Amino acid sequence: MPVNEQNVFAPWEDPKAKPLIKFENVTKRFGDFVAIDDLTLDIYAEEFFALLGPSGCGKTTMMRMLAGFENTSSGKISIDGVDVGGVPPNKRAVNMMFQSYALFPHLTVYENIAFGLKRSKMPKDEIAARVDEMLRLTRLEKLARRKPHQVSGGQRQRIALARSLAKAPKLLLLDEPLGALDKKLRQDTQFELMDIQEKTGTTFVIVTHDQEEAMTVASRIAVMDEGRIVQIETPARIYETPNSVYVADFIGDVNIIEGNVSPQDGGVHHIDWAEGQSPIIAHADPSIANGTRGFFAIRPEKVAISAERPADRANAFQGKVLDIAYLGNVSTYHVALPTGNIVKAQATNSRRLSRRDITWEDTVWLSWTDTAGIILTQ
Amino acid sequence: MRRFSWFNATSLTLGFAFLYLPMLILIIYSFNESRLVTVWAGFSTKWYGELFQNEAFLDAAWVTVKVAFWSSTFATVLGTMAAYVLVRGGRFLGRTLFSGMIYAPLVMPEVITGLSLLLLFIAIGMDRGVMTIVLAHTTFSMCYVSVVVSSRLASFDRSVEEAALDLGCSPFDAFRLVTLPIIAPAVISGWLLAFTLSLDDLVIASFTSGPSSTTLPIRIFSAVRLGVTPEINALSTIMIGIVTVGVVTASLVSKRTMTHRAADERKAEQNDKL
Amino acid sequence: MNIRRIFLIAVPYLWLGALFLIPFGIVFKIALSDGALAIPPYIPTLDFSQGWAGFKDFAGKLDFENFRFLASDDLYWKAYLSSVKIASISTLATLLVGYPIAYAMARAAPEWRPTLMMLVILPFWTSFLIRVYAWIGILSNEGYLNQILIGMGLIDEPLTILNTNWAVYIGIVYTYLPFMVLPIYAALEKMDDSLLEAAEDLGCSRFSAFWLVTIPLSKAGIVAGSFLVFIPALGEFVIPSILGGSKTLMIGKVLWEEFFNNRDWPVASAVAVILLLILIIPIVLFQRNEQKQREAEE
Repeated sequence: MPVNEQNVFAPWEDPKAKPLIKFENVTKRFGDFVAIDDLTLDIYAEEFFALLGPSGCGKTTMMRMLAGFENTSSGKISIDGVDVGGVPPNKRAVNMMFQSYALFPHLTVYENIAFGLKRSKMPKDEIAARVDEMLRLTRLEKLARRKPHQVSGGQRQRIALARSLAKAPKLLLLDEPLGALDKKLRQDTQFELMDIQEKTGTTFVIVTHDQEEAMTVASRIAVMDEGRIVQIETPARIYETPNSVYVADFIGDVNIIEGNVSPQDGGVHHIDWAEGQSPIIAHADPSIANGTRGFFAIRPEKVAISAERPADRANAFQGKVLDIAYLGNVSTYHVALPTGNIVKAQATNSRRLSRRDITWEDTVWLSWTDTAGIILTQ
Repeated sequence: MRRFSWFNATSLTLGFAFLYLPMLILIIYSFNESRLVTVWAGFSTKWYGELFQNEAFLDAAWVTVKVAFWSSTFATVLGTMAAYVLVRGGRFLGRTLFSGMIYAPLVMPEVITGLSLLLLFIAIGMDRGVMTIVLAHTTFSMCYVSVVVSSRLASFDRSVEEAALDLGCSPFDAFRLVTLPIIAPAVISGWLLAFTLSLDDLVIASFTSGPSSTTLPIRIFSAVRLGVTPEINALSTIMIGIVTVGVVTASLVSKRTMTHRAADERKAEQNDKL
Repeated sequence: MNIRRIFLIAVPYLWLGALFLIPFGIVFKIALSDGALAIPPYIPTLDFSQGWAGFKDFAGKLDFENFRFLASDDLYWKAYLSSVKIASISTLATLLVGYPIAYAMARAAPEWRPTLMMLVILPFWTSFLIRVYAWIGILSNEGYLNQILIGMGLIDEPLTILNTNWAVYIGIVYTYLPFMVLPIYAALEKMDDSLLEAAEDLGCSRFSAFWLVTIPLSKAGIVAGSFLVFIPALGEFVIPSILGGSKTLMIGKVLWEEFFNNRDWPVASAVAVILLLILIIPIVLFQRNEQKQREAEE
């Protein structure tokens, strides 16, 4: 367990901290379809909170309920301690950055950013100052007089961000903010977003289906499935200690082996997974009851591959190389065990043209320590 | 590989010849000296002169333009409202009936629409005149306007309106400041369509007009029944000319904006790469 | 709901109710009334001052007399049948003329297509009446067409086309051609050229590739275009009355004459009601076709 040091930002571990947003038993139905199912959730001020899940899992509905475009069917949402039920979107101190950016095509970049400020009856000179500040923050100074169709996709994304931040909302909602950008630009923009979030101190709630994006930007991630939250954790813990096969599989690559769990001494558990094979040895805390059907989950990069059997590993199994995916920095080996299970092992290509010694059809050893994987019971 | 063969070239040539030759002949013979319309007797513009002295035609033209202006304006307002209700209105009591009433006049034979409106005006004891034609034209052209506007409304990204609400607009301000400017081109073409339909209508106007409110199509129709006359040729040429100039200008303007826009977009993407 | 929304819905709703729905009710009512020599020339008239008894008395006097009359006089039967016949033949002819044009437009270079589109739409903005009128000078006995044919020595006697059904067919094809071309063009333009190459690669001749790939893919456009021509052609009045002869029977013309010439409002209304009933079938089929297309696109 990581130590909660004083300078680490983790209000969710502080029982005295007051959440900015509270979802209390919120349910949303569209006809017979349940989009959000009895959901309870706290989000704290200055968090960068990611809602992650496949399309149709309800993450967008949650965001639209926060913005005021959808009402709850039952339950209560409060922002800063105030119940926002029935408050229309134009009366909420919440702004949203839309997936399509939703820039006003007939207004210039400057007018787009000033739009919200004019609605709030701010004095003219203050509007100008604020818009200039936003243009500087998003490096758009030179484009102020352009129309949205006269700027590039990446610049449009920044205009949308500047526009939604201009009113200095308590909470900024971002709906797949980087979905329309190509991969290279997306990675640069992720860091820019984090930078801006830190500078402005605004609470960000981001909706995404891209796990890498969520891992990069978020302070906490909520993994959603069919209207329910499966797990809420920091990116590192989501990756290292997923609470279910669904989360383990959704975030990154994983090997799953099913078997019967039997606890031994000192937190060690055996998983009997196939006839005639020695059990997988793994740690679990707290202990799991004898005879439970469980799933052993291990990330490919934690599985070592070698020609000879390593002496010091708790788990070692022999198999045959089926496929090698060479990705440049790493290679992924697909190894078939005699039982028919296919296990993926990943190795870093730290030397040029290294590991030539392992090739297709070779018999190899896969090995891992007793703490490399975890046992999941759901 | 583009399969543009002699066959395609022939079909286009013949097709457009079929579409345009009759009108071209009409235009040429409007400059014919002779009253016998099928015999060419030299160039003359005298029928245009006679046309502009024909009080009956001038009066009818004035009535027609008045009717077309007012009915297309009312139709644009009502049709835009109807389109907004259809596309953004959500559910309400009688929505099916409402959309049925919008689409039905588009496929209704004009004789039936005209007959039914006339029977209504008689039943409520309304005197027939410019007013009744305006009411009748507004009713059927608002349906065309609402079809044009609603297809534009349906195709534009709804989140643009939501963004306006999100930034503090009331629903009415969002419509005024964001939706209306975006759909303006469709509203304008709706108005033009309504104007043309009204200008063009013979059947419904015949049912709903009174003795003092003869429109140009009604005049033309009664003249045409007696056969081809050079004055009608001249009048037709003027009408074809106005429409051609209008349509060609409109399509050139829209082509220019589209090329400009495409060039802007290309430039913008290049800027990003620098 | 708020007042603005109610206002927004109510204004167009009430307008259409008052000027579209109620007039139809009146047509139905008069179709069930009897003719009378008066203004309005029908009885009974609904007397609101009598209340419910007045309504009962009124309803009791309505009957299907006019429809029985329409059924007994074969003029009306023939007019309905002849309208369907003329509309069907014209629709088929429009398809035969329109398909090659739409096909050639879709095959033309992309930079030409907007101009070609404009050229097809332009006549639509020009007065319908004038476009029909233009054909009188061409088709009459001493018209341009006969002058050319006689001049070329193809015929000795002028052909009689004006004031026959032939002129009506030509008029309908001419005026409704854009309605046929545009939907077919829209369907063909979406088609990927590589489909034809794939068909030829798999052993089709050019003709069989056209028959097996292009035609089925443009079917939705063909169906839509055919209904867009057939439905208005069925109730057409201007074309048969200007180009057709005294023998040309079309129901729109019959309705007009019953109303304006014979001043028989109840019969005219009954004719309108039956025309509507006939139109319901193609309209419903058209709606289904549109619905299917929308679903296919989603």
